[in-house]
Amino acid sequence: MEPVIEVQGLTHVYIDAENTKVTALDNIDLQIMPGEFVAVIGANGSGKSTLARHLNALLLPSEGHVKIKGMDTMEEDNLWDIRQTVGMVFQNPDNQIVAAIVEEDVAFGPENIGVLPEEIRTRVDDALKAVDMTAYRTHAPHLLSGGQKQRIAIAGTLALGSECIVLDEPTAMLDPKGRKEILSTMLRLNKEKKITVVYITHFMVEAMLADRVVVMSEGKIRFQGTPREVFSRVEELERLGLEAPLAAKVAFELRKSGMKLPKEIITNEELAAAFG
Amino acid sequence: MSMKLEHVSYTYMPGTPYEKEALKDISLEIKKGEFVAVIGHTGSGKSTLVQNLNGLLHPTKGNASLDGVDLSGKSNEAKMARGRIGMVFQYPEHQLFAETVYEDIAFGPQNLGLNYEETDARVKDAMKFVGLDFETYAGRSPFSLSGGQMRRVAIAGVVAMNPDYLILDEPSAGLDPGSRDAVFAEVMELYKKRGTAIIMVTHSMEDAAQFAKRMLVVYDGRIIIDGKPGEVFLKEKEQLLKVGMDVPEVYKLADALRDKGLRLPKEITDAKTLLAEIKRRKGLR
Ligand SMILES: Nc1ncnc2c1ncn2[C@@H]1O[C@H](COP(=O)(O)OP(=O)(O)OP(=O)(O)O)[C@@H](O)[C@H]1O
Ligand SMILES: Nc1ncnc2c1ncn2[C@@H]1O[C@H](COP(=O)(O)OP(=O)(O)OP(=O)(O)O)[C@@H](O)[C@H]1O
Ligand SMILES: [Mg+2]
Ligand SMILES: [Mg+2]
Repeated sequence: MEPVIEVQGLTHVYIDAENTKVTALDNIDLQIMPGEFVAVIGANGSGKSTLARHLNALLLPSEGHVKIKGMDTMEEDNLWDIRQTVGMVFQNPDNQIVAAIVEEDVAFGPENIGVLPEEIRTRVDDALKAVDMTAYRTHAPHLLSGGQKQRIAIAGTLALGSECIVLDEPTAMLDPKGRKEILSTMLRLNKEKKITVVYITHFMVEAMLADRVVVMSEGKIRFQGTPREVFSRVEELERLGLEAPLAAKVAFELRKSGMKLPKEIITNEELAAAFG
Repeated sequence: MSMKLEHVSYTYMPGTPYEKEALKDISLEIKKGEFVAVIGHTGSGKSTLVQNLNGLLHPTKGNASLDGVDLSGKSNEAKMARGRIGMVFQYPEHQLFAETVYEDIAFGPQNLGLNYEETDARVKDAMKFVGLDFETYAGRSPFSLSGGQMRRVAIAGVVAMNPDYLILDEPSAGLDPGSRDAVFAEVMELYKKRGTAIIMVTHSMEDAAQFAKRMLVVYDGRIIIDGKPGEVFLKEKEQLLKVGMDVPEVYKLADALRDKGLRLPKEITDAKTLLAEIKRRKGLR
């Protein structure tokens, strides 16, 4: 199988106003296969958003290559297909609303790429259904809650036909219920529609539900693996300004005090089972 | 000394199709020296509430005052009262504006009418306070900093004005766990050493549980719960879930352990206590 996303030796150097260079990504290699759900975590300034912007050619490599289904982002002819393959959802839902009615907002993307009107109708209906927002079809998006706005933004990328969706801290400004809604929406789309998901977050409990967690620090990928592999490395995470889930931290402390516990405990249920 | 809302209602864009009553008959007193967390679903009215508290918005009905001074007034007294309330906004980058970190932090004290030496001392103090090295950062552009550093500059700018009341709107959103701890260590020092009252809007149940002494739950423009975080999370779990909130992870872990028969006391509100209790039950040191 061909990877959806293939990042080879990617380096990104920003040049700021005072002409100083900031190396935000430093020789990164990463492969993401169709249908994977990959979480990306890392301290502030570690390069997560910069990486995300490379995945639909909003930024171009200073060195190395980014290929989307084999299409190199450096080649201008590929831009159209790349943007259709990979959809982006940003942190602030307010910045993503373009129309005064939910349906029109979702239809905006497909209209822009010249999809036929009948086809748009079905795509919009399907997309709203997928994010469970059909009932809000004719509402005004700016009057919806943050979690609802974020789901409209996701519907917009689905209507575009995106096979892969990149979300950059989509839940940072949401309440606990809104956070759960967005995450479960993405997990469901990933399972049912086989959409590939790249999910950037500072919430470790969200990353725990991914297939794979990528840990970034200072423009590099420090380590990666299943949530279990990554989140049982309690001390290493702390050194990177990150944090393991509470159950993993408690298990770590209990082991230090001499209690025998299975390795790689990361959930409350797993820790509780050890006491059963 | 206290800030007070008396029967405050606030309506956005009255008389238009977008009219929205965001606050409904709220009465509230916050005393100097309190640490209050404000939680509630998106759109419940939290930001509107704190902006009425600091005089940025004026109540449509009722009134907002500080030590008896009406905050909506144009008098010098009202202006002075508003100056005693500092506010760090949800997006600190919207609050920063100067060419250098120094100028940004100096702006407030200068506006209070302090002279050069006094202002300089305040800036140095405030930078030390938030852990920004003077030599390294004073001359840098605030816009070339990372998110966490920007938030610290915004806090320093407010601290330099020596407010009696400090309002923080979502202080930990978008911060990595390490930066979050650093920012809260600073806030706690203000609270403990200077007796500054802290009012913090947050979507993080952990922040509210760990730092606040009092918690307000806002739902649809009204305060529906006002109590100690520890008690509210224990006693009002159902109600909290119903209004889109949650309980902190430590409560969930404690419950999971109890389900497996581990006998733990009811009042476990932080990870340290939980760990100590497990060790005690298991005879570990
Ligand atoms: N436009 C820019 N000009 C100069 N430097 C930049 C620019 N954008 C980002 N940087 C720098 O590049 C590095 C990586 O930034 P990036 O936004 O990718 O981090 P991040 O991991 O998304 O952080 P956060 O968790 O705070 O969102 C940082 O050091 C940042 O200061
Ligand atoms: N300028 C405005 N014009 C009209 N309505 C507004 C305006 N600002 C806020 N509102 C509405 O008032 C209500 C309360 O908004 P507020 O910003 O206080 O909520 P909040 O609790 O801070 O939400 P969040 O957690 O999303 O920041 C919402 O329904 C919102 O849509
Ligand atoms: Mg980012
Ligand atoms: Mg708000």
